[in-house]
Amino acid sequence: MWRDAMLVAGKDLRIELRSRVVLHQVVPFAALVLLLFAFALGPDRKALAAAAAGLFWVAVLFVTVLAVQRSAALESAPGARDTLRLSGLDPAGVFLGKAVAVVLELVVLEVLLGAGAVVLYGSTVHSYPELVVSAVVGTVGLGAAGTLYGSLTAGLRVRETLMPFLLLPVAAPVLLAGTRLWQAALGTGSSGPGVTGSGSWLTVLAVFAVVYVGLGVLVFGPVQEAS
Amino acid sequence: MVPAMPPVVHLRNAVALTGRFPALAGVDLAVEPGSVVVLEGSNGAGKTSVLRACAGLLAVTSGAIEVLGCNLRADRTAVRRRVGMLGHAAALYDDLTVVESVRFAVRAAGGDLAGLDAVLDRLELSGRLRRTAVGRLSAGQRRRVDLAALVARRPELWLLDEPHASLDAAGRDLVDAVIRDAAAGGATVLVASHELQAVVPLADQVVTLAGGRVADCWSPAGADVGVRTGVTNVASAGAVGVVPAGVPGGVAGVPGGVAGVPGGVAGGVTRVAQAGAAGGVPAGVAVPVGVAAPDLVTPTTDAAAATVPGAPAPAVTCEAVTCEAVSALPASALPGTDAHVA
Repeated sequence: MWRDAMLVAGKDLRIELRSRVVLHQVVPFAALVLLLFAFALGPDRKALAAAAAGLFWVAVLFVTVLAVQRSAALESAPGARDTLRLSGLDPAGVFLGKAVAVVLELVVLEVLLGAGAVVLYGSTVHSYPELVVSAVVGTVGLGAAGTLYGSLTAGLRVRETLMPFLLLPVAAPVLLAGTRLWQAALGTGSSGPGVTGSGSWLTVLAVFAVVYVGLGVLVFGPVQEAS
Repeated sequence: MVPAMPPVVHLRNAVALTGRFPALAGVDLAVEPGSVVVLEGSNGAGKTSVLRACAGLLAVTSGAIEVLGCNLRADRTAVRRRVGMLGHAAALYDDLTVVESVRFAVRAAGGDLAGLDAVLDRLELSGRLRRTAVGRLSAGQRRRVDLAALVARRPELWLLDEPHASLDAAGRDLVDAVIRDAAAGGATVLVASHELQAVVPLADQVVTLAGGRVADCWSPAGADVGVRTGVTNVASAGAVGVVPAGVPGGVAGVPGGVAGVPGGVAGGVTRVAQAGAAGGVPAGVAVPVGVAAPDLVTPTTDAAAATVPGAPAPAVTCEAVTCEAVSALPASALPGTDAHVA
């Protein structure tokens, strides 16, 4: 399963490096989202800093939609959908491979988004470990959920609009928990640094990730066959 | 006594649906190991559906389907690594290079990369093309990459859907050679094609599909002289004519005889029955022959007149002929000829 996962992840990342869709389209989009949020909130740096955590995770959700759609589109070309099915690859490995590729792309995007948020919104980081751990765990959950919903809608004509419609509500726990944890790490939460219950929010992110990774491993095969 | 090997592909009254439409409506088919079987039929006859069912891509909802000893009704994915399919559309990623595409296909199937360079050389994909992104290739070159992936994977069962499509003459010869080599190497090959003149010479058995069922099957072995000598333009449906005595070679007993092609018979290799053929086939036994259109002349004899609708009992009858009937015709009855026994 892991051998297949690495094979698929390598293939998706190689395609991404060649096509540079993330670099040329998703990164500028993410930067634009941060900038437009800043315009919407005005020049009040205090308000911007207070909203930075939430704005960061909303931007992450948007770029997740784009990254997942791009990942699903690779397998949507005529003939390509059968390629993975006929390849003999373990469906669980295919799911993990595609999810790993999406997660790695999102991590790169989050580094850029995080740096942009600090610069544009004037935030100060109080706890790097909390920031990094929450981002990584939340991203694993988003990557897994996105890959699963991307494959669910892959065979449908309305996949471009249906996938975000399905994914965004489901990702609400990540938005909520990620924002609380980043507020704590940036010292902008209502309780200031070290928000009480950080562990609980991290548990929410971890449970979300485990549930969607497990669900994907279990159902990706049947979904692939049915779509 | 050596026990007979079980069929590589065995469909029994197989039914498969695409939506509510029966793509397969009760197919019975047995394919022997190491054979090349051509599936022919008009558009929508079920050729591609048979291939997809054998690959486990199309679910058989009733009847039975066994491929390489696996019951695909129980587990459609059981044979995926052992089966290779060349579909209508190239199953490739545009941003990968030729060598990356083939390497991915081989590694995914758990194959050996050792022979990769030789395969690319053989499919004329070496040199600069190796490092070219698939998206920049022509349709024919993409077809070659798809084929290279298949050759490098060395599946036990090859499922080829219109393998000659988009290829130039050299590419088509290459496909023929690859198919021959695969069969010689012990693999079993199912080819769906409209281009019978290209694939029949490769075939051990030709299966005609119509309406999702097997309408006919026949073996061209030892009886496809006409096809092998390049007769491609067979009489069109509805044509009636006399095979003139001057036809070179001629099927024994045919010169002067009458060939009628029944209306409604699809083009391609057309079957007509020739009564009274010599060479060991007694009068009255139905023998399928295909007659090149240029060799048919307007009927002027009484026998020819008998083929006109409404006329008395025809001297030539058109009947569905089974494989067994074909095999009853001795090869000695078939000298080099423009008219061919199908």
